[in-house]
Amino acid sequence: MTDTTGATPVRGPALDRIARRLAAVLPPGAVITDPVRLRTYECDGLTHHRAVPGVVVLPETAGQIAAVVRICNEYGVPFVARGAGTGLSGGALPRTDGVLVVTSRMRRVLEVDLPNRRAVVEPGVTNLAITEAVRPHGYYYAPDPSSQQVCTIGGNVAENSGGAHCLKYGFTVNHVLALEIVTPDGDIVTLDADDPGYDLLGAFVGSEGTLGITTKVTVRLLRAPEAVTTLLAAFGSIEQGGRAVSAIIGGGIVPAAIEMMDALAIEAAEAAVACAYPAGAGAVLIVELDGPAAETALQSAEVERVCLESGAFELRTAADPAERAAIWKGRRSAFAAVGRISPAYIVQDGVVPRTALPGVLASIDRLSAEHGIRVANVFHAGDGNLHPLVLFDDAEPGAAERAEAVSGRILDLCVEHGGSITGEHGVGVDKARYMPKMFTDDDLDTMQLVRCAFDSRGLSNPGKVFPTPRLCGEVPGVRRGAHPLVESGRAEQF
Amino acid sequence: MDPDIDPRIGPGIDPGLIGDCVHCGFCLPSCPTYVLWGEEMDSPRGRIHLMGQHVAGTPVTGEMAGHFDACLGCMACVTACPSGVRYDRLIEQTRAVVEREHVRPPADRAVRELVFRLFPYPRRLRAMRLPLRLGTGLRRRIAPALERVSPSLAALADLAPEPVRHRRLPRRVRAVGRRRATVGLLTGCVQGEFFPQVNAATARVLAMEGCEVVIPPAQGCCGALSLHSGRPGQAARFARRTIAAFERAGVDTVVVNAAGCGSTMKDYTGILDGGWADRAAAIRVADLAEYLVELGPVATRHPLPLTAAYHDACHLAHAQGIRSQPRELLAAVPGLELREIAESAICCGSAGTYNILQPEAARELGDRKAERVLATGADLLVSANPGCTMQITAAIRRAGATPIPVAHTAQVLDASLRALREIG
Ligand SMILES: Cc1cc2nc3c(=O)[nH]c(=O)nc-3n(C[C@H](O)[C@H](O)[C@H](O)COP(=O)(O)OP(=O)(O)OC[C@H]3O[C@@H](n4cnc5c(N)ncnc54)[C@H](O)[C@@H]3O)c2cc1C
Ligand code: SF4
Ligand code: SF4
Repeated sequence: MTDTTGATPVRGPALDRIARRLAAVLPPGAVITDPVRLRTYECDGLTHHRAVPGVVVLPETAGQIAAVVRICNEYGVPFVARGAGTGLSGGALPRTDGVLVVTSRMRRVLEVDLPNRRAVVEPGVTNLAITEAVRPHGYYYAPDPSSQQVCTIGGNVAENSGGAHCLKYGFTVNHVLALEIVTPDGDIVTLDADDPGYDLLGAFVGSEGTLGITTKVTVRLLRAPEAVTTLLAAFGSIEQGGRAVSAIIGGGIVPAAIEMMDALAIEAAEAAVACAYPAGAGAVLIVELDGPAAETALQSAEVERVCLESGAFELRTAADPAERAAIWKGRRSAFAAVGRISPAYIVQDGVVPRTALPGVLASIDRLSAEHGIRVANVFHAGDGNLHPLVLFDDAEPGAAERAEAVSGRILDLCVEHGGSITGEHGVGVDKARYMPKMFTDDDLDTMQLVRCAFDSRGLSNPGKVFPTPRLCGEVPGVRRGAHPLVESGRAEQF
Repeated sequence: MDPDIDPRIGPGIDPGLIGDCVHCGFCLPSCPTYVLWGEEMDSPRGRIHLMGQHVAGTPVTGEMAGHFDACLGCMACVTACPSGVRYDRLIEQTRAVVEREHVRPPADRAVRELVFRLFPYPRRLRAMRLPLRLGTGLRRRIAPALERVSPSLAALADLAPEPVRHRRLPRRVRAVGRRRATVGLLTGCVQGEFFPQVNAATARVLAMEGCEVVIPPAQGCCGALSLHSGRPGQAARFARRTIAAFERAGVDTVVVNAAGCGSTMKDYTGILDGGWADRAAAIRVADLAEYLVELGPVATRHPLPLTAAYHDACHLAHAQGIRSQPRELLAAVPGLELREIAESAICCGSAGTYNILQPEAARELGDRKAERVLATGADLLVSANPGCTMQITAAIRRAGATPIPVAHTAQVLDASLRALREIG
């Protein structure tokens, strides 16, 4: 595995000086410099990239974050934001020479405005806590990553996270109405969806912490649907399940969610949470329909018919929330559950057009057999977002490399089929090297222009998203002249 | 070497168990110390990472020990973890390593010694209660002085409940009506000393439900407090004595009414080896609520018109997975309305000796719990663990709110079965 920088950082006197300056603008106990403590922040959910942060700070207000960022600017050291550290692309991988800004103490729901269906929360509030705050009133926050009980809204905004229900409801970007951010220069500004001019809010969502640090989020709340029907269909094979998915969507139904798991993923979930999915299933499909009761009843009958026609051998329908939770339990736990059947694994995240699903899955099977590496598949089948789980034994020499190779080849497959290298987990540090598979140098340079407009010194989460340090960027304080696009008059720098 | 800390549970921390953690963070929101402080090092994931650092060669530093000491051992993370990480085992092993390798500051050491020489021994505990048997007024007056000397001692005085008359339980209680089963009853050290009325109620309820109840007089501490504090040697000694006592009594099922004792006794096979592990395996341990639900009711329930908030003790809910049974028993009492406490999965801060060894954190958690208990507006708080009862009562007293009466599930059932007007 690539140990990005396993070593304890050489704490130069500069970092100590910075730590003292940071302590002066933060509450007591909010600056961590003890090496043993610092190391617990060395990675996020993707544990094979590690780097011990130079300093960790735990601010409580936007003002404190702004002060921290200004101090970083003064000394020209990079800073990285971190929420709950559940990211799966190494986005919150710290810098040994920089400051890790953790929002875990900023977890207040500041305002719930039901008449206008919005809530204002601090960035460290968990995704699920928003729903819990408004559920008694019949509302909820729609995007629901499987990590929703722990991941923060700040992290969701940075990754533009989605969840099982984004087929019908969309990703984080569709549910954020305004953001308060601290810019990489240390200014506090508000980006509002209603602002005239460029959609800066849209640019910020999904920027993976490279355009600044979110300090306040205004989210849209939805009314809980009148009726929810959840079906579990068991098939002999993935192909049959895939056929059902196409038939459902082709038939004009937009379920809230369509999730599929293959036999290996089912085995893991069974081991972890005893979800009791039908025995012998080669694939299970979870279809959730929501909306007015009459509509979901009609649609659910249609979905049942289509599933049976595609070869389902068992159908279950959840009649109440407890049964629904039982159906979802296996799916929700699937990633972490893989720990039960394999010592180590890589969670991959790619997208293919829905119609290409069967072909891509067959190729993944072939890859798996060729390399002797098991691959469990869990996916948001409705929008073609695959989450292959590449299993290996880290104690076996060479296994990690083979797994890494399989994992990379899966992304190639996605790109070859006109898809993408990430659906919702972001690029981070892990997939930066795959960016050139999807984009030309010109594309990447143009993206860099956006980045430079926000972060001219390249201090905000450097080394992420882009494959190589270039332009205004990655070396603190160094600017390498105008961008070729600017020089050639094809773009303007602002 | 101190025989109390003597390593039965292996020489160190098992790297295999550490490796089971996939760093997903699902356990974070359920961890009381993470809820309080929002720091990685005081979360289950962070603590497992620290254990990993130690296994990889980093010596136990004061900072590291501090984060392990701050862990309540509430096992909420075990419930939350989808990967099945055995944090319970890990923290037991880690605590033993800390006790062995880490030299604590003298004041810390003194308090720990006092606790471990005192709590697991009923007779010593009884003697200790004399100085603690202060009227509420006096207690309030000396509290600030104690606080200055040692927050831990202040916590101890603050917790000790109002004295109750100590009555010896009979060795055997006959079943009422047809005998359906014969069971042993663990009286426990803290339960037995501070809440003897709970044991009496437990014995009566079991008898009224048709059980012959055997109460061996020679039983002492089950070993829970020692086990949860890095003293596996002492714990194993207590475990062996407890097993022998129940063997002599001739019972194969032991009913336990204190959550912490129940979870430890259920794990005896894990802390003993060889012949003792086999003897442990031959005795079935059941929590009172778990046992009563399995047995099914025969006695008539009389109405108790009141609202009750049920508190999930960590060692019941997380360690033994017992959540629905007590609720089911309470809801079956006619006239009783059950209310849920918000954040019920978060520990109240009692956690065995935690409120004595980590008074500040325990107090914050206690205050949080008290606030949520009071918000239910219930007439009665039901708690199945003596530590939780002391902790929550103390927090409510601190808040200056009208004290809410607290009863054990056994006492509520006892009142209903005997058609009492008051729970006692
Ligand atoms: C078991 C498991 C299941 C998952 N399931 C899903 C899923 O279904 N869908 C999905 O989309 N993702 C999923 N994820 C990935 C992850 O939970 C999301 O990416 C989540 O949004 C990360 O949130 P976080 O708070 O943990 O952020 P972190 O991991 O701490 O950070 C992620 C990125 O956000 C940046 N960031 C964090 N906070 C801020 C801030 N305040 N301002 C600016 N930048 C910030 C960081 O710099 C980093 O680049 C899953 C992860 C796990 C471990
Ligand atoms: S046992 Fe409780 S306090 Fe300790 S890490 Fe687990 S959840 Fe946190
Ligand atoms: S939930 Fe389990 S696997 Fe995930 S971080 Fe916590 S202990 Fe580790």
